[in-house]
Amino acid sequence: MDNRIVIEPGSKSKNYWSDLWKYRGLFYFLAWRDVLVRYKQTSIGIAWSVLRPLLTLAVMWFIGWLFGAAVPAGVPRVLMVCAATLPWQFFSGAFSEASNSLVANSNLLTKVYFPRLIIPASTVIVCLIDFFVSFIILIVLMAVCRFAPGWRICFLPVFLFIALVIAMGAGLLIAALNVKYRDFKYIVPFIVQFGVYVSPVAFSSDYIYGHVGIPASVKFIYSLNPMVGVIDGFRWCILGNSISIYRPGFILSIGLSFFFLILGIWYFRKMEKSFADVI
Amino acid sequence: MSQAIIQVERLGKEYILNHKGAESYTALRDIISSGVKSLFTKRRPQTNDTIELFRALQDVSFEINAGDRVGIIGRNGAGKSTLLKILSRITEPTQGRITITGRVASLLEVGTGFHPELSGRENIFLNGSILGMNRSEIQAKFDEIVAFSEVEKFLDTPVKRYSSGMYVRLAFAVAAHLEPEILIVDEVLAVGDAAFQKKCLGKMKDVAGQGRTILFVSHNMEAVQKLCTKGILLHQGKLIDQGPIDQVTQKYMEGGDTALAVYQIPLPKNPDDGYGYVTRVQIENEAGRPSTEIPVGANWQVRVFYKLNKPAPHFVAGLGIVTLFDFAVRTSWSKPADSRPGEYEALFVNNDLMLVTGQYKLVIGLSTQGRVIQYLDSTVSLSISEITALGGEERILNASSGLIINPMPVTIKNLK
Repeated sequence: MDNRIVIEPGSKSKNYWSDLWKYRGLFYFLAWRDVLVRYKQTSIGIAWSVLRPLLTLAVMWFIGWLFGAAVPAGVPRVLMVCAATLPWQFFSGAFSEASNSLVANSNLLTKVYFPRLIIPASTVIVCLIDFFVSFIILIVLMAVCRFAPGWRICFLPVFLFIALVIAMGAGLLIAALNVKYRDFKYIVPFIVQFGVYVSPVAFSSDYIYGHVGIPASVKFIYSLNPMVGVIDGFRWCILGNSISIYRPGFILSIGLSFFFLILGIWYFRKMEKSFADVI
Repeated sequence: MSQAIIQVERLGKEYILNHKGAESYTALRDIISSGVKSLFTKRRPQTNDTIELFRALQDVSFEINAGDRVGIIGRNGAGKSTLLKILSRITEPTQGRITITGRVASLLEVGTGFHPELSGRENIFLNGSILGMNRSEIQAKFDEIVAFSEVEKFLDTPVKRYSSGMYVRLAFAVAAHLEPEILIVDEVLAVGDAAFQKKCLGKMKDVAGQGRTILFVSHNMEAVQKLCTKGILLHQGKLIDQGPIDQVTQKYMEGGDTALAVYQIPLPKNPDDGYGYVTRVQIENEAGRPSTEIPVGANWQVRVFYKLNKPAPHFVAGLGIVTLFDFAVRTSWSKPADSRPGEYEALFVNNDLMLVTGQYKLVIGLSTQGRVIQYLDSTVSLSISEITALGGEERILNASSGLIINPMPVTIKNLK
């Protein structure tokens, strides 16, 4: 018979990835559940996925304006900030929910077998849907500012994918750690809160890279943040010519995001078998 | 076909338990000072902490053939649930090897993954997929599931508004319509009312009738005996018996702590002043071995040891069976006799009355010439187990309705 299962200590399941494919139905149903449940018993429902980024946008715009962060000529500040708020909002949502997903679904982990990777992956899907809904904000703002995007907008999915890679990578790593060390429940909100200020949401990367007063070592550390690459990429796609990308920093942060994904998957796979015992 | 569908070889599972050493801090001051000290010294070696290896399962080997219905029994902590968790691939063994040929569905809990905010309809799909059904399978079975669960009217109501009975019915209905080759079930029949439990058991029997392999864990021995053909007995992580279910349940019962079936009766205040006193009472099974649980339908006996200090004319030893609600079921006496001083044993044999399952109090009395020598009414208890000694047709009877289940002769005549 073809469906023979061997259970042994420490056995690396050779068909892990094909198993993952076999369980795609469950992946779909879990994502569907999270979407259905997300705004149940709220009076404005899905409007929250527009309202939340809109409020963040307002705050970030205000901060940028207050500190007089430079804006490239011909680009409205509000679009500049919006092009960064949307991917940031997606990342922070996906990252924090993926981090918490295993613990939130601990009843499933201890009662049913399936490739555990499905749980954080399906939560990211929900945030992706939120992202698409919140994209309306950008479209409306562009219409209001009479700003038309160029051909580069076609590359937007590429940067969205990279944001997803970062969120998944970091999310998997923290989710697996969170199973054993609940400390991460407190660390994650801090990372997200802190991250919005060290990422170029309220200001532009040009400001950092172009600033003479900032030492090269700080610029290097700045470019280690993978979200810098994503946000710069989003701006490049949406705002066009007036945005330039600082190549070395950009390549570094993109490289790091894939490194995080591999690290996340590796650690998650390593810990996966003990989840049910530890959680 | 008697090919092994599940093969378990020398399976073991260890857990590491961390015991935090007892640190007897007496005051907050001590806590602070030791905290400060540890700031300046290197982290102290954790001498107080000990690590203990807990073997939940050790060296368990067995084989299960296609179509077997296997009951896994054992007392609390015997390793039953651990075994099921390993077989369901939820947790990994630390030793040994299992080979399973076929699609496995495990039902370790009723309503795993049910989401309170979702409607009954949505939860059927969600739960179905969690249990391993794909979308088209669920769609094909949907009407059957709804009919079985009896919640048609509330299909579009969030399950958080369901009564707990409805919730359980819906959850079991989904599970009951799984069609795997191997079904692993843990304790799920312990839910719902009696009528629904019967329905579930019936459904499980249907499933088994279709040639599927079932592994079943339950504390409800009645259910295990009704459903299973074979048994596996675990005790403290080790497999101690396997074979036909009746043999294994018998062994399970004998494995009880027999010391609990022997009651040492404390001496009265002035033991030498009265006529005498009871020293020991033991409850025994048919074979005369002390036994904490008596299978329903089986014979049992009570042995009363007593001592007489002086001649007791017209001496009677009596035994009463009383329910926990103080309802007297039966009283029996020995024939009155003039007894001389000495040590005696009275044997009361119950070989005609079949009590329903449950706990009973035994009342023991000694008297002479109608005057009470000693009366023990809250010391000795009798437990009639769900494990049944009844065979064949009689097993179908519900052993927990009424008080006495002795069959009455019934004749049925066809009149027209």
